[in-house]
Amino acid sequence: MILVIAEQQTGKLNRATWETIVGAQQMAAAADIVVLVPGTNTSGVAGELAGAGVKEVVTLEHAALEAYTPDGFTAALQDAIGQLKPDYVLLPHTYQTRDFAPKLAARLDRALITDVTAVKKGSELAFVRPMFQGKLTADVVPQGTGPHFVTFQIGAYRVDQVAKGSAPAGVRALTVNVDAAAIRQKPEAPFQQAKQAVDLSQAERIVSVGRGIKEQANIHVAEELARAIGAEIAASRPICDAGWLPMERQVGSSGQTVAPKLYLALGISGAIQHLVGMKGANTIVAINKDADAPIFEVADYGIVGDLFEVVPAIIEAVKS
Amino acid sequence: MKIAVCIKQVPNREWQPRLDDAKTWIREADAAFEMNEPDAYALEEALRLKELHGGEVVVCSAGPSRVAQVIREALARGADRAIHVEDDGLASADAFVTSNALAGAMKDEQFDLVLTGLQSDDQGFAQVGVILAEKLGLPHATIIMEVKAEGGTLRVKRELEGGWFQWVAMPLPAVLTIQSGINQLRYATLKGIMAAKKKEIKKAAAPAGSTPKQKIVAMYTPEKGKKTQIIAGTPAEAAKELVRKLREEARVL
Repeated sequence: MILVIAEQQTGKLNRATWETIVGAQQMAAAADIVVLVPGTNTSGVAGELAGAGVKEVVTLEHAALEAYTPDGFTAALQDAIGQLKPDYVLLPHTYQTRDFAPKLAARLDRALITDVTAVKKGSELAFVRPMFQGKLTADVVPQGTGPHFVTFQIGAYRVDQVAKGSAPAGVRALTVNVDAAAIRQKPEAPFQQAKQAVDLSQAERIVSVGRGIKEQANIHVAEELARAIGAEIAASRPICDAGWLPMERQVGSSGQTVAPKLYLALGISGAIQHLVGMKGANTIVAINKDADAPIFEVADYGIVGDLFEVVPAIIEAVKS
Repeated sequence: MKIAVCIKQVPNREWQPRLDDAKTWIREADAAFEMNEPDAYALEEALRLKELHGGEVVVCSAGPSRVAQVIREALARGADRAIHVEDDGLASADAFVTSNALAGAMKDEQFDLVLTGLQSDDQGFAQVGVILAEKLGLPHATIIMEVKAEGGTLRVKRELEGGWFQWVAMPLPAVLTIQSGINQLRYATLKGIMAAKKKEIKKAAAPAGSTPKQKIVAMYTPEKGKKTQIIAGTPAEAAKELVRKLREEARVL
C-alpha cells in the first residue's frame, strides 16, 4: 500500500499534495493508495481529497498538531505508519516536508529519496532525481526494508493529471498518541517580512537576472532591456541575497511564483529552486554562456553567449 | 558556546559534469572542489555567534582526504579546530551514511549548537542536518535566516515558502540548517591562513556497518522536457533572430 501524506494548514490544502497523488497513481492502482491528512480541522481537506482515485482518506487529528512542529509530526506519523503499515510513504518536497521527513525516516531507520521528478518501473522501482544542481540526473533505488520514503519535487506532476474516483473515497479517522510535553519546538505565528509592493505574478513580461550578471554595477544592462520591452525586473536568489535587487523581486521557491507571457532569463543557471518559480511561463528565453546550464532545459529559445554582448544587441533589435 | 559546523566539499559551480565508466557517479579526477555554499553561510553564522557569546567553533566534515582543503579554508576563516571523518567511501555516501559518520565523531563533544547548510550542491538530499539531530537526540529547525541564542534558549527565524517566515524557540543544545544569504560571508585573511596551519585537525574513522539506504543505478545528463531552439550566430544576428521569433512565432513582444 502507498501512503500519501497530505499537507494542509488550518484547513487549507497545499496543492502540491495533488501532484504527489499523481506520483502515487503512477506507482500503483487506486485500491492501493491511502491519503493521510495530519493536523487539525482536517474534514474539509479530507472531503476534497476523497475526490481523487484512491482507496481511502484517513484523517489524523491531534491537538498537538495544530501548529506544525517537527517533533509533533514525527511522533504522530511514526504512530500512524506503525498502524497503517504502508510499503511506500510519499510526500510533496515542501519546506515543511524537508523539516520533518528526514527525522521520521531516521527514527524508523528507513530510506528517504528526496526531490523526485519521475518514477521508472522495471524489475524494481527506480526514482528519478536531479543531482549536482540539475547538471545530472540519477535513477535511485531505495535499499533495505520498507516503508521507503519518497518526496516529489514541486511541479514534478501537474495537478490536472490526477485520476478522479468514480465515487468519493471513504474517509475515516485514525487515533494516535502524541506526548505534547515532549515537543521541544515552540513555534510562533507565520508572518510576511515586508508587504510585497511588487506583484510579479501579474507581470506580462519579466526580465530576470542571475549570477551571470557578475556585479551590481551591471544590473542596469538588464533594466535597460526591461524598459525596452515593457517588462518587470526580477532575479534569482543569489542576486537578492547580495542586495543587488530587493528581496521582493526574487523568483523561486523562497520568493514569488510567476507565469508571465515572456520570461527572459539572463545569466541564470537554472537551479531547481529558481525553476519551480518560473517554469509556468508561456515563453522562456535563456541567455547564458554555459551551453549545459539547466535553464536551457526549460527554455523555448536559447542563446549561448555573453549576455553583455547579446543584451545590448536585443535592445537594438527591439528598437529597430 | 561550543558550536559545531558541518561542512561538505562539493564540485565547484563552473565544473562541467563528466560521468565515470560505470555511469553511476562522476569522474572525480576531473572535478575541482569548493566548500558547499550553504555550509559557508553556516560557518559564517557560527563565527558571528562566537564573536557575540564567546566559545569555540569546531568544523566537522565527512569525506575522503581531499576534504582537507575545505577544512583548512574554514580554519583560515576563523574556526578553532576541526574533526575530519576520513573515508574514501564517503565521497558518494547517502545522507544516512554521512549523518552516521558525523554523529559518531560528534556525540562525545557535547556541542551547544550544531549548524550546517540546508542542503548540498552535489547530491542535494536536504537531509543530513535533520538526520544528525535525530541521531544526536537534539531538537532542530531548518532553513534558518536568523539565529538568536540567549540564556540557554534559542530563537530562530525559519523561512517558509513564498516570502513567509516564522520564529521558533527551542532549548539548547540544538541543530539548525542554515539558508544561503543569512549573512555576508567573510574571506580568509593572510593572517588567518597562516594561523590555520597550526590548528588541530582530528582524524576519525567512519563507523563500521553503516549501510547505504539508497543506490544510484544510473546517472546521465538530463533529458530535455522541452524542445529548445538554440539561436546561433554573432550576438547581433542571434539577437535579431530572437526578436523576430518572439514577435512572429511566440507573439509575446
